Amino acid sequence: MSTGSSLTPPPAVSARRGRLALGDRVFAASARGAGLLILLALAGVFVFLLIQGIPGLSVDPKEYGQGFETFWQYVGPLLFGTIFISLLALIVAVPFALAVALFISHYAPRRLATPVAYVIDLLAAVPSVVFGLWGGRALSQALKPVINWLGDYLNWIPLFKGPASPNGQTALTAALVLGVMILPIITAISREVFAQTPRLNEEAAIGLGATRWEVIRLAVLPYAKSGVIAGIMLGLGRALGETMAVTMVYSSSPKYMLNIIGDTSPQTIAANIANNYAEASADKQHVLIAAGLVLFAFTFVVNFIARWAIGRGERKLAR
Amino acid sequence: MAKSIDVQDLDIFYGDFKAVEGVSMTIKAKSVTAFIGPSGCGKSTFLRSLNRMHEVIPGARVEGKVMVDGMSLYDPIVDPVEVRRRIGMVFQRPNPFPTMSIYENVLAGNRLNNKRMPKSEADDVVEKSLRGANLWNEVKDRLGKPGMGLSGGQQQRLCIARAIAVEPEVLLMDEPCSALDPISTAAVEDLIHDLKSSYTIVIVTHNMQQAARVSDDTGFFNLKAAGKPGHLVEFNPTKQMFTNPDSPDTEAYISGRFG
Repeated sequence: MSTGSSLTPPPAVSARRGRLALGDRVFAASARGAGLLILLALAGVFVFLLIQGIPGLSVDPKEYGQGFETFWQYVGPLLFGTIFISLLALIVAVPFALAVALFISHYAPRRLATPVAYVIDLLAAVPSVVFGLWGGRALSQALKPVINWLGDYLNWIPLFKGPASPNGQTALTAALVLGVMILPIITAISREVFAQTPRLNEEAAIGLGATRWEVIRLAVLPYAKSGVIAGIMLGLGRALGETMAVTMVYSSSPKYMLNIIGDTSPQTIAANIANNYAEASADKQHVLIAAGLVLFAFTFVVNFIARWAIGRGERKLAR
Repeated sequence: MAKSIDVQDLDIFYGDFKAVEGVSMTIKAKSVTAFIGPSGCGKSTFLRSLNRMHEVIPGARVEGKVMVDGMSLYDPIVDPVEVRRRIGMVFQRPNPFPTMSIYENVLAGNRLNNKRMPKSEADDVVEKSLRGANLWNEVKDRLGKPGMGLSGGQQQRLCIARAIAVEPEVLLMDEPCSALDPISTAAVEDLIHDLKSSYTIVIVTHNMQQAARVSDDTGFFNLKAAGKPGHLVEFNPTKQMFTNPDSPDTEAYISGRFG
């Protein structure tokens, strides 16, 4: 009898196990619930866009305006404008963000690195309306001489073909504003992955007599590559969807054009929806939602490609 | 060209903390010198001060002299980067560059400073270094494969090949076998024997049999008390150290009666 009872755990232990198991179950259920909820919300947005957007693909051509015959003719220039402005913003932001991140993680003394990192993070907290106001009013004024100079001397480059806008409210201005807006997220992610470079790899480079830049090139950048790409893609995602900074900075028209210092500049999908949704007819609303669906799908594809690229990099490392 | 190292009265600090105190020794060219001692006694710190690697920790500084071939390593005009190019290092855990192939790993040091090298010369350096590290026969058919794909012992020999590819004057090894199994350890120890004919080698080890097997001279480091700086207790030919040491502390440590 006594030997048999020794196999069952004493009551105190089993009660404690039971509590732990309950806590475990609650946590697992809430984590699973949160994960499913996010998927559900995303699916909900997608279904909404699909149901409301499909009719927009085949409305009366006059709803598209500008003499466009079909939805694809209408959305083409908008998608072009979205990608174009976002890529310009990336060109502005990425080198800057990587330089700042490297400065914080590897060059600056600690008492300087911490405040700089803090200020960059603060930049992410500025509302996009404020960035829009700043871009439309202050930055555009400040950029006027630059834009004039570009129009006068570099007009053989298609981007600066001109004629230069007299008020400075150009796609170039918007790209700079967007660049500043996506800078913090790219910087924050890059700085984190740079700082996580294994000490082992850095010491390998230092021990071979590498200068600080060579340490970064040999040990830090190869290690951080996939993380940096992820950060850039998040920044691109933000730029693709950003509305206010573009709407408030320049006057736009849905056209394919490369000129970024002119009076009018290519329209983006998000800015087009914001400009027209309030006074749109029911049919026009469907058209705008369909454009939103295109943006959604495009952003999804970009993220998908980014994940694939990152995964490929990691698989290569693991081999 | 193998060089000798002359250390005079070296103190090493991390900020205000004195980690190592008053070390003087002469490390002979083309010989193997081993440092033994308990953990935290400053032997690794001292090894790292020989090519200014310890300076990567903020606040690290030294007082005293380290002379290599008549030139002071800590002279203000000396660039620490240049010192590390001339005095190579192999670390505790194998650390090949993870994104590089075996071939590129061997050449990593030679490629620094954007030095260009014709393909045939690069091939020669790779073969010579890998042969020098006793690894050539194992990897010659897969030079383009990632260095991380090798076993731990092979990775460590790859790191040794990388270090000798730049033909350093001295090779420092910081517990190079502590992460390796006995067979890989034997391979690295054989390699140390072979390398002695062309390089000055300084090795830190926790394994006293290893010190006895590979080294010509041995230094025993110890702490006077917890929180006090480490110091060099005894520096003598290995044979004498393990049969008839000068200091009773050394004898206690190597015979396992430590404390």
